[in-house]
Amino acid sequence: MDYLLTEEQKMIKDLAHKIAEEKIRPVAAKYDVSEEYPWDVLKVMAESDMFGLFIPEEYGGLGTNVMNLCLATEEFSRACGGIAVCYAASALGTFPIVLFGNDEQKKKYLPDLAKGKKVAAFAITEPEAGSDAGATKTTAKKEGDYYILNGLKHFITNGGDAETYVVIAMTDKTKGARGASAFIVEKGTPGFTFGKKEDKFGIRASSTRELIFTDCKVPAKNLLSKEGMGFIVTMRTFDMSRPGVAAQALGIAQGALELAVKYAKGRVQFGKSISSFQGIQWMLADMATEVEAARALIYSTARMVDAGIKDVAKASAMAKMYASDVAMKVTVDALQIFGGYGYMKDYPIEKYVRDAKITQIYEGTNQIQRGIIALQIIKELAK
Amino acid sequence: MNIIVCIKQVPETTEVRINPETNTLMREGVKSIINPFDMYAIEEGVRLKERFGGKVSMLTMGPPQADSALREAIAMGADEGFLVCDRAFAGSDTWATSYTLAGAIKKIGAFDLIICGKQASDGDTAQVGPGISTHLNIPQVTYVKKVEEATDKMMRLERMLEEGYEVIETPLPALLTVVKEINEPRIPSLKGLMRAKAAKITTFTQKELVLDPQQIGLCGSPTQVVKIFTPPQRQGGQVLKGEVADIAAELVELLRGEVN
Repeated sequence: MDYLLTEEQKMIKDLAHKIAEEKIRPVAAKYDVSEEYPWDVLKVMAESDMFGLFIPEEYGGLGTNVMNLCLATEEFSRACGGIAVCYAASALGTFPIVLFGNDEQKKKYLPDLAKGKKVAAFAITEPEAGSDAGATKTTAKKEGDYYILNGLKHFITNGGDAETYVVIAMTDKTKGARGASAFIVEKGTPGFTFGKKEDKFGIRASSTRELIFTDCKVPAKNLLSKEGMGFIVTMRTFDMSRPGVAAQALGIAQGALELAVKYAKGRVQFGKSISSFQGIQWMLADMATEVEAARALIYSTARMVDAGIKDVAKASAMAKMYASDVAMKVTVDALQIFGGYGYMKDYPIEKYVRDAKITQIYEGTNQIQRGIIALQIIKELAK
Repeated sequence: MNIIVCIKQVPETTEVRINPETNTLMREGVKSIINPFDMYAIEEGVRLKERFGGKVSMLTMGPPQADSALREAIAMGADEGFLVCDRAFAGSDTWATSYTLAGAIKKIGAFDLIICGKQASDGDTAQVGPGISTHLNIPQVTYVKKVEEATDKMMRLERMLEEGYEVIETPLPALLTVVKEINEPRIPSLKGLMRAKAAKITTFTQKELVLDPQQIGLCGSPTQVVKIFTPPQRQGGQVLKGEVADIAAELVELLRGEVN
């Protein structure tokens, strides 16, 4: 299908494809086993200007553009969902600064992030506050020119490896969700340490750690926007980043589909390529159609975001939910086509199943996404 | 340091098929790429520029579409591109090609270093690099695997041999051909690609270059392709069976027969 990409978009897609094939695919299995942070691959992405795709030009990027971010993330994820998320999670940690940072904050943090000299992370999740962000326990108490942060964040992607964190903490617990605020916290700030690194089912090249704040003194000038804006910052950030998670799911699905087609063509049973059997053909046809439908939904949403359309929550939720459900189904079917070989770690396909699963869970489970979509359509009908 | 890197656009060889009736390459639909060995030459040129300053000029001879090879090199960090393109140069062998490229280099102007890949993946001759240096009357060092030391006047280089390497010092200007051990070519940057897209490529036709018409194109090429053929596939050997002593005697007889 032709999505009528511009010359620049084609250039980004082709370059990301080249990076994926030459630099990511050859090391995907290695990092899946070692769980090391793939700094060498991120360095290549950085030198190719990929971290500039979601940062305004005046701060050293190539312009904040969700479509471009999606094209790059999709290509990276075709080769490895784990390495791709190290990249995409930096975008997630960068968006709050792009959207809500003042000029001083942008000047201080964005140029290094645009060049990929530093990686960012976004921290909202806590052990008892997943989708229920109102249950956030981490506090920020103002004392003079500082906020004192106390609490624990967990499941933080890029945690420990990122230099720049955006952390959500309660400045006024009595106000519930409206009492949350967003802070930029630098690695190395006294009182800011890291807990255990999670041993994950998939996306194992990416790091997921606890962030521990113990009387952590954060300069008051690191407050993003105003006190009480924490959840607005979060929601607006997710509106921007959800198409990126969707693109990650899409890339994983596309990568699995390609492997399945190639395997089906080469695998001979009963004296014929198994791709000549209708049972396999129908599976492949369904997989390809669903992947394409997900792509159409994601690109449309990304273009809406880039056009500055305000109300993108429903479209973003649809793209994220649909693409990740497709990724799960397509990767499982791709493994099925590989048969017994697919179940073995010597073959690349089982990793796609493991990498796909998280996309149905993080940045809002698909149940939460359905809730967002349902509320929105009911609201629209009531107008 | 002003560096000229000579490259060639070639068919992506893993995809090339031979037409069994005409014995010619089937070029239709085959992607053109920069000769893989030339990628190391581009990378080394850009690295030397990053170390010493100056500029990297790209040079190629070929049809108009070879323009894309020059742009790819500019995306990797080269500064400018020159395309030698004229029907008069068609059919050039390695003599005429190196003569013509040397003429283009004289036209480009002063340089400290010329870098080429060790050979092209389609012709595999490894003659054009040394040919250029001969036409320009400058020293050549082939199969360079490492630049040990470089100043604006000289270079100390490691030259790969079949077993080991030799260290060679050469004054500049000189011509190097490089092997894949010398570096790992970079992936271009997005900004580089954008710059490459907008870059102006200078085209040299026959009339811009000072060349002897007798030494260019097909008529300036002493090489003649008499016949192109695919070597016959090797047949399975003959297996001798029986007692060792008998086999040995039989083998000696057979070998004698081969010699006579």
